[in-house]
Amino acid sequence: MAHIDINALEVGQRIGSTEFLLTRDSLVRYAGASGDFNPIHYRDDFAKSVGLEGVLAHGMLTMGAAVQVAVDWVGDPGRVIDYGVRFTKPVWVDAQAGAVLLVTGKVGEIDLENGKVRVDLTASFNETAVLGKAQAWVRL
Amino acid sequence: MVNPNVQGKTYPATEPYLVGREKVREFAHAVKASSPINFDLFAAQAAGYSDLVAPPTFAVVIQERSLATVLADDEAGIDFSRVVHGDQRFVHARPIVAGDELTSELTVASVKSLGAHSMVTFETHIFDATKALVCTAISTLVVRGAE
Repeated sequence: MAHIDINALEVGQRIGSTEFLLTRDSLVRYAGASGDFNPIHYRDDFAKSVGLEGVLAHGMLTMGAAVQVAVDWVGDPGRVIDYGVRFTKPVWVDAQAGAVLLVTGKVGEIDLENGKVRVDLTASFNETAVLGKAQAWVRL
Repeated sequence: MVNPNVQGKTYPATEPYLVGREKVREFAHAVKASSPINFDLFAAQAAGYSDLVAPPTFAVVIQERSLATVLADDEAGIDFSRVVHGDQRFVHARPIVAGDELTSELTVASVKSLGAHSMVTFETHIFDATKALVCTAISTLVVRGAE
C-alpha cells in the first residue's frame, strides 16, 4: 500500500481534494453510527430553542469525513496514526439543500527518519474554514 | 461551572465493547469513507490486518461511553446542554479492527475557566483485551456559563 515515495514529497504539495455533500440523511446516519443523538443535529425547533441558527452537522462527522482525503491518499485507514482538529465554525445543514464540505489536503511536514508525513487538511463550508489545525500524521 | 476539583480524577473503566464488522462498515459509510480496507475483508487481510479496519475517528464511539460516565457524575457538574466540542485528537498505538474488545479509562486532564465558560480536557485511554493500549483520545469540551 505504501505506493508513495516519501523522498519525492515536498512540503506544501497538494495531495487531494474532495467535496462531501452532507444532508440531513447524513446527520441521522452519523447519529446512529456514532451514538451521538443530540437533537441539535436533526431537529430545527430544538436547535433554535438553544439559540442556534438551525440544525448543524456533528463536528465529529466533519472531522471523520475530512480525514478521508488523507486516507484515500495513503490508501489505508490504518496508517493514520495521529489525527487532531479544532472545531472552529458550525456547518449548517439545510433541510433541502444540505451543505457542501470542501476538504483539501497538503503535505505539512515530512519525517524521513520515521517514515511519517503530516497531512494538513482544510475543510470549508460556504468558503469559511470550519476546522482549525486539522492535522493527520500518516505512516507511509 | 465545572468543578475544578475533578481535575486529575480518573473514572472506572467501561464495560468491554466488542467491535463488530457491520459496525465498522456502518461507521465507515457514515463518515463517507470509501477505502476497501473499511469494507472488504479480503482487502483488509491483503493489507495485513486480521479483520476490517475502523476509520481513524471510530474511537469516538468508545470515548463517548466514558464521557457518559463523567456527564452523569454530579461532582463534575457538567451541564450537557451547554457543552460545545472544542477540539479532538486520536493518537493510535495501532488501528482498531473488527473483533477488538475494547475498554476505556477516562481521566480529567484539566479544567480551566475562561470568564463564565469552562474548558475541560479529557484523556481517554482505550485498551484491548490483552490490556495493551490501542488509542488515546483527547477531547476538549467548552461548557458555556449561564448568560
